[in-house]
Amino acid sequence: MDAVLELANVSKAFATHKAVDDVSFAIPRGAFFSLLGPSGCGKTTTLRLVAGFEAPTVGEIRLNGERIDLLPPYQRNVNTVFQSYALFPHLTVQGNVEFGLRNKSKDANPAADKVRRVLEQLELSGKEARKPSELSGGEKQRVALARALVLSPEVLLLDEPLSALDPQLRQQVRAELRDLQKKTGVTFLFVTHDQEEALSLSDTLAVMRAGRVEQMGAPQELYRKPRTKFVAAFLGDINWISGVGVRPEAIRITRGAEPGSKMAVVSATSFLGPSAHVTTTIEDGTRVTVQVPSSDGPYAAQETVYLSWSATDELRDLK
Amino acid sequence: MTPANRLRALFLTPAAAVMLATLGVPLAIVATYSFLSRGAYGGVEIPWTQENYTRLLDPLYGGIFLRSAWISLLATVGCLVLAFPLALFIARSGARKNLYLALVILPFWTSFLIRLYAWMFLLRDTGLINTALEALGVIHAPLPMLYNEGAVLLGLIYGYLPFAVLPLYATLERQDPALLDAAADLGATPVHALFRITIPLSMPGIWAAAILVFVPCVGTYIVSDLLGGSKTVLIGNLVQNQFTSSRDWPFGAAASLVLIGAAIGMLLLMRKSREELL
Repeated sequence: MDAVLELANVSKAFATHKAVDDVSFAIPRGAFFSLLGPSGCGKTTTLRLVAGFEAPTVGEIRLNGERIDLLPPYQRNVNTVFQSYALFPHLTVQGNVEFGLRNKSKDANPAADKVRRVLEQLELSGKEARKPSELSGGEKQRVALARALVLSPEVLLLDEPLSALDPQLRQQVRAELRDLQKKTGVTFLFVTHDQEEALSLSDTLAVMRAGRVEQMGAPQELYRKPRTKFVAAFLGDINWISGVGVRPEAIRITRGAEPGSKMAVVSATSFLGPSAHVTTTIEDGTRVTVQVPSSDGPYAAQETVYLSWSATDELRDLK
Repeated sequence: MTPANRLRALFLTPAAAVMLATLGVPLAIVATYSFLSRGAYGGVEIPWTQENYTRLLDPLYGGIFLRSAWISLLATVGCLVLAFPLALFIARSGARKNLYLALVILPFWTSFLIRLYAWMFLLRDTGLINTALEALGVIHAPLPMLYNEGAVLLGLIYGYLPFAVLPLYATLERQDPALLDAAADLGATPVHALFRITIPLSMPGIWAAAILVFVPCVGTYIVSDLLGGSKTVLIGNLVQNQFTSSRDWPFGAAASLVLIGAAIGMLLLMRKSREELL
């Protein structure tokens, strides 16, 4: 594997706690790699270690096989898209995008056509003279991307870049982000707490918890074969029935008994648009949520139903 | 008037009344005096005249105005150069910020006059510094540190430094630290980041500091009186002398009005250039 970025046994301890605890992973060139986890799991600290804003307590970070963990951020060929974008408020769009190029060359007008191309690519043409305060949220985000991508980084670090956008825009920008990554071929290291984002965007994702990587793999693999209960629950809804995990969409609901089915009583139905969640209670008192197409039903409260699922859909032996 | 506006008017009335009584009325009196003639033992007399203003056109007074402006400008630049690193240090001191700010304000607990006397005690020919240097054999005659323009400049910078630190601190403290991360991320060394991010974003604070130092410096008379001796006459001294030893109130009134006018003019000029910059 041609790894562009490697973390080897990286830990970062702050005065009171260990934010990153023995994290190792390698990102293949051109991959979309995500760090997923709840807030405080160490994903953002990991990103800051790669960017150079923090120094690891232990471990090595290698970019193209060379150690970078001792270099200051301004000497690392990685660039960051910040959660709050951190655009320079006194500079125009053009000024923001040129900022990094000016640091690299003594030229007064650095690589004008490079800037123009990036601005075009991110649909910012015509907005060069605007200040960040005159831009919409989506535009600010694109400037943040343009400013980083114009430097052709080995790895682009994205710190929850979609979280500041409103929900409708987020869906659209997510798709654009994926396209952009494919088109530019730049390796993305993406940090998010949103499992849908991570699942839909990533080639590989690492689920983090309390500073450690809990599990790493392709999204399908992690969703279908989680190794721990935490990963199973974090990547989607899950029911725990007699120690076995079953996802709501794997359960079939019928009005008549079938061989091996469990009897349950409906307590509520919530409509989610294309699908609906039916909350039921089985005989031993466990609450089981079932996902059905919203055209199914309706299932009335107190109605008796039967639940069945295939044994291959059971998630067993989770730690 | 909407209820909100009425409430606003109600709240503003006391302050406006105080300002009118203590600033507006005396200013009107000063303006009136400046067009009257000098009384034999101070005070003012009829006839009305513009002579007080035409006298100010004398190059002698123009020189005093220019020298005041020049010393104030130097003091302003000196204060900014000293205050900026200090304010930056305080703004980035985390939990200790308040302690350091308190230290900046601490000198205000002693009268400015007493602090200037302390400087005289340090700087004069038989003062602490000269005595010490002579005792050590470094010098054989006292260094002339007092009663010159340098001493006035020192006194002004010393006295008005806190007025520069506070507004600079206020702007620097508000700056988003993520911007410096972003600058470093985009390849800027700390020095680059200082000149391309931190200082440009501090311009409002720099202007505020400059105004807060420059305006009182132009009008000061204590500093030049105590530290400058008779050699360094600033506008403040000129005005003061007219009301005391020279007993020429109308001329003093005219000079102080021109000073106020010049200060306002300078503020407007600063505002204009600031708007062009930002």
